[in-house]
Amino acid sequence: MGLPHPNPEFAPDAGGFFGRFGGRFVAETLMPLILELQEAYESAKQDPDFNAELDALRRDYIGRASPLYLAERLTERLGGARIYLKREDLMHTGAHKINNCIGQVLLARRMGKQRIIAETGAGMHGVATATVAARFGMECIIYMGSTDIDRQQPNVQRMKLLGAKVIPVTSGTGTLKDAMNDALRDWVTNVADTFYIIGTVAGPHPYPAMVRDFQSVIGREAREQVVEKEGRLPDSLLACIGGGSNAMGLFHPFLGDEDVRLIGVEAAGEGLDTGKHAASLQGGSPGVLHGNRTFLLQTAEGQITDAHSISAGLDYPGIGPEHAWLHESGRAEYVAVTDDEALDAFKTLCRLEGIIPALESAHAIAHAIKLAPTLPEDHVMVLNLSGRGDKDMATVTEHLADELAAGAPAADAPAQ
Amino acid sequence: MTQRHERIARRFNELKAADRAGLVTFISAGDPDYDTSLETLLALPEAGADVIELGMPFTDPMADGPSIQASTLRALEAGQTMAKTLEMVRALRERDDATPVVLMGYYNPIYCMGVETFLAEAAEAGVDGLIVVDLPPEHDAELCLPAKAHGLDFIRLATPTTDAKRLPLVLENTSGFLYYVSSTGVTGAAAPSAERVEQEVDAIRAHSTLPIGVGFGIRTPEQAERIARFADAVVVGSALTDIVAQAESPAEASRGVLELTRSLAGAVRRARETAEA
Repeated sequence: MGLPHPNPEFAPDAGGFFGRFGGRFVAETLMPLILELQEAYESAKQDPDFNAELDALRRDYIGRASPLYLAERLTERLGGARIYLKREDLMHTGAHKINNCIGQVLLARRMGKQRIIAETGAGMHGVATATVAARFGMECIIYMGSTDIDRQQPNVQRMKLLGAKVIPVTSGTGTLKDAMNDALRDWVTNVADTFYIIGTVAGPHPYPAMVRDFQSVIGREAREQVVEKEGRLPDSLLACIGGGSNAMGLFHPFLGDEDVRLIGVEAAGEGLDTGKHAASLQGGSPGVLHGNRTFLLQTAEGQITDAHSISAGLDYPGIGPEHAWLHESGRAEYVAVTDDEALDAFKTLCRLEGIIPALESAHAIAHAIKLAPTLPEDHVMVLNLSGRGDKDMATVTEHLADELAAGAPAADAPAQ
Repeated sequence: MTQRHERIARRFNELKAADRAGLVTFISAGDPDYDTSLETLLALPEAGADVIELGMPFTDPMADGPSIQASTLRALEAGQTMAKTLEMVRALRERDDATPVVLMGYYNPIYCMGVETFLAEAAEAGVDGLIVVDLPPEHDAELCLPAKAHGLDFIRLATPTTDAKRLPLVLENTSGFLYYVSSTGVTGAAAPSAERVEQEVDAIRAHSTLPIGVGFGIRTPEQAERIARFADAVVVGSALTDIVAQAESPAEASRGVLELTRSLAGAVRRARETAEA
């Protein structure tokens, strides 16, 4: 299938802007590299050999295409829309992150870079990066906030097994944004031999467009699969949003289909009005961080504030610039669900479908639980099940300690 | 439009006439607290700082190393705001109308304040120039061109990765002086070899008549002296913020910063004499 042909209507402009969002707000040291990367990416996109190798790796190494699964019991319980799950949780390494990493590592090799760096929050992007670095025999350095290292031990061990060096980041607040700062510092220092695999649709141009393109395989497959099963396009698409890469990957091939509702679900943490959330679009304002202009969690003085979410993968105070643009233009809708709603949805999917979702993906399910009953039975919804929940067992066990001690968690009455 | 004061150009002309390099000192505004930082700022010209770089604190200073990052967070912790930073410049201007002040930092706090409001207030306060690390020439319309319209110099960084192809773009709207970042990496990194830096500075001089300040990794009077033989100015930052970090009291922090400033100032003043002797 290869990469999509760039659609000028949706691609960023030459400066990397989606409307007023995006851009290349980086130190001068990085500019020549970013321009070199952009050139390399543009040439790779047109190269049939690059695309053929990418397709083969997607099929044989990642395990694509991921299934589109009709969640019958969930649909029946909610009594409304027909809910399909796009099963990214079944892909190699357990989440959609690998789609992007495999593309970027091929680009790194093409550019002659031998040293891979990445930032990670929950550790899924770190694991996916360590995986592809191992596969291609490259040195791999992962920056991870010390707070996240404590709460995501299994992923730290996975990265180490895969041969990566995990560097704890103690600067700032020791979370994902600080890990990204330190990865950028590493890149500035080791410009000659290093390739920075950014894990989401954010950062300086060309990253937001490039990561989106590599993730768009999700939406392209979903489009074919839903047409095959339903004979038509879906009515709505749902995905959770931290930086926004799984959502962008699902949405992008449908941007031109104006009848398809696009719904992004942010993390409301303890509630949007508590200040303890990670909902950049609904609780933030435009600003410039990590190379792009987008919506950020920040003070009136432009100081970045901490994001809060039960899900480490959504715990980022920004969002990809294309989402900021889709939000402002009204093409996509953005909503938020709380930690508690996500936990309820997590239990619901476990019990009704026998699928343990990532807490990130549970946010999308939580919104489906609210939305589906209000929709007619012929409404077709595609929800991106972006990852599996094994990594979240410690968090979930802690939150559900009482219920687990008393027997199975009560989950057969989803919140209405 | 604000009238141009040309303090930066005048200062570099004076330095040229005196045949010596200038000393540019960096401190974070409000580090470790407002009063100490103000006291230090007011005393810097007398201690020998020829140009003052005043850091506008930001939570996420991506291009800075641990030392300046820590200093910016200390300042924020102590309640520093953009209004207070500008207030410090006003206070300096009441007693010193000659020493150029360059505000250094990141774009977001300026963007959030509003570019026009910020520029008007900065010019009124007596700021002479801006170094905004995350605005490459590709984004000149955001702040660089509006700043020039307000009579403020926009000082750009050139780095070892800035090749001959890119240098003209970097120089195009740069004014005041050019800040040559002597190593790839963040502030506070290891010291570069002076011979290599001298060659790189010479290469830039073929393209530009702007004064060239050299920074990143210069910590001691000895290093400053070596660079001051060929550069128009020597920039020292992390070594000064380290003193604040290690001081046991705010008074000691201020004293230590001024002491190092004095020895660095001595070093840049004797650099060319000793080289010729």
